[in-house]
Amino acid sequence: MHYHAFDHYHAQESRIHHLDPRVKVLLTIGFILSNALLPDGSWLAFAAAWLLLLWANDQTRLGLGYTFRRSFVALPFAIAAVSAIFSPLGQPLAEWNLGFITLIPTDFGVVRFFSILARSWLSVQMAILLVATTQFPDLIHAFEHLKTPRTLTTIIAFLYRYLFVLTDEAYRLLRARSARSAGLPGKHRGGSLFWRAKVTGSMAGQLFLRSYERSDRIYNAMLARGYSGHIRTLNPHTMQRSDWLMLILSVLLLLFIQIIGWYR
Amino acid sequence: MLLSPTHLHIPDGFLSLVVSLIFWAATVIMVGLAISKTNKTLGEKQIPLMGVMAAFIFAAQMLNFPVAGGTSGHFLGGALAAIVLGPWAGILVMTAVVAVQGLLFQDGGLLVMGANIFNMGILTAVIGFGLYRTVSSAKKGLRLTVSGIAAWLATMAAALLASLQLWISGTSRLEIVVPAMLGVHVLIGIGEAIITVAALAFIEQTRPDLLTSEKTASSGGRSWIIAGVVVSMIAVLISPLASASPDGLERVAADFGFLDAGQGAAYQILPDYTIPFLGETALSTVFAGAVGAFILMGLLILLGRSLRRKSVTSEH
Repeated sequence: MHYHAFDHYHAQESRIHHLDPRVKVLLTIGFILSNALLPDGSWLAFAAAWLLLLWANDQTRLGLGYTFRRSFVALPFAIAAVSAIFSPLGQPLAEWNLGFITLIPTDFGVVRFFSILARSWLSVQMAILLVATTQFPDLIHAFEHLKTPRTLTTIIAFLYRYLFVLTDEAYRLLRARSARSAGLPGKHRGGSLFWRAKVTGSMAGQLFLRSYERSDRIYNAMLARGYSGHIRTLNPHTMQRSDWLMLILSVLLLLFIQIIGWYR
Repeated sequence: MLLSPTHLHIPDGFLSLVVSLIFWAATVIMVGLAISKTNKTLGEKQIPLMGVMAAFIFAAQMLNFPVAGGTSGHFLGGALAAIVLGPWAGILVMTAVVAVQGLLFQDGGLLVMGANIFNMGILTAVIGFGLYRTVSSAKKGLRLTVSGIAAWLATMAAALLASLQLWISGTSRLEIVVPAMLGVHVLIGIGEAIITVAALAFIEQTRPDLLTSEKTASSGGRSWIIAGVVVSMIAVLISPLASASPDGLERVAADFGFLDAGQGAAYQILPDYTIPFLGETALSTVFAGAVGAFILMGLLILLGRSLRRKSVTSEH
């Protein structure tokens, strides 16, 4: 079982952990939406959003830098925004001649690039915090309360349930392939690239059939245990007064960040 | 890390709010349609099947094969899911996969998830299934060839749409992002095509009952052929236009007002930021944006409810 690779929940006794999952989902989306609404270059507001994030981090008792360590997942994508630096709008800052192409970074472009990075970096940390403080079944339940169609949430619940099982199956296939692919060091082993891709394709087909047939057995087993079309949970999830308080307080803070961003 | 992020999962912050919301709306409509269609045709038995199939796509993305230089080919799976399970079920499966990748692994953002689902789930299903459907009753060799082409084209189209979204959002320059994304995905797409074909061949050998032409025809009507061919044609026509003469495409988009609309309020207000009384306008823009977002959200909730009610009645 490689479940720890998938389970991002960190058990802890904290106010945020006990918050209703609906509130956490709404606040995470609200925070990301607030970052998207902030104008480019409103550094003060981005700093305020970061303070809010640090405060939330602190409240979870996972440590101030908990999300910081994991916050660089989205960084490779920053390459996509590099070209924004050379936006033709705005004043040129320099001129770099690379022989075949001349690059002209502009002030507007640089501000835009770093604003995109700030938004992305802040947003991804809040999402990390959400899954670190909420168990995945609770998260799915929250989305169900927030009117996500039940068909979809049930599919996602099944996906999560069988992820571990099928990943193990995939690992077994990979281990079997390595066991059969012995070779002398330094010598080319296996066939051509095409052949390798074909082997992987057969493995995918094999995995598909095993999963397909497993799903049949799962369905029959569930019917036998009284499955009626959706997954039930014992947790009632009712909004407490503290949940409402947290929701209102955080929305006010987000509005405050917006005001900082637009008035400076 | 087990699941290395691919270049197709756009994180939050890289797309403008307007682009994110437009693709959320399109995705919600398509997913709503997919839910009511699958409920109508297959009933509740389909749900565990689709859940396990979504887990399969997830696990299959782990099966990699060594390519030169320490890199490895990965598998996206959108086309395969649509061909074997039918387009609507394929869309739902890929929606679940992208949702969990974004929620649990931060592989792709939440506000931009609509765009990610559209690129990797809906577009790949339309092209993958649409093209396969044109030859679904032909001989095995032709079917496998077409499914390979469809898988390659679906990957390329997803990369193209992602780069167009980045461009309209004002994140990337068109003349850089399109050739870069397409260049990377030419190779990824070839890997995808070979794996898809080999997997289909394997399934056909062991369980031919899963891939009969009647089964394919019943899971999606003839209109999928038209949709698949038209979307593929558009992708094929735009790619060279975007990479060879980006100015032309930029001009067209500017003429139709795509660029202003996509880049949103911040773009127009920022240059005039020094005017003293402009705070009023800025604040009103924020409120207008918030009101617009709320209205959109309300519409989506209403749509979701009406679809849910329909699906409940159709189950009984």
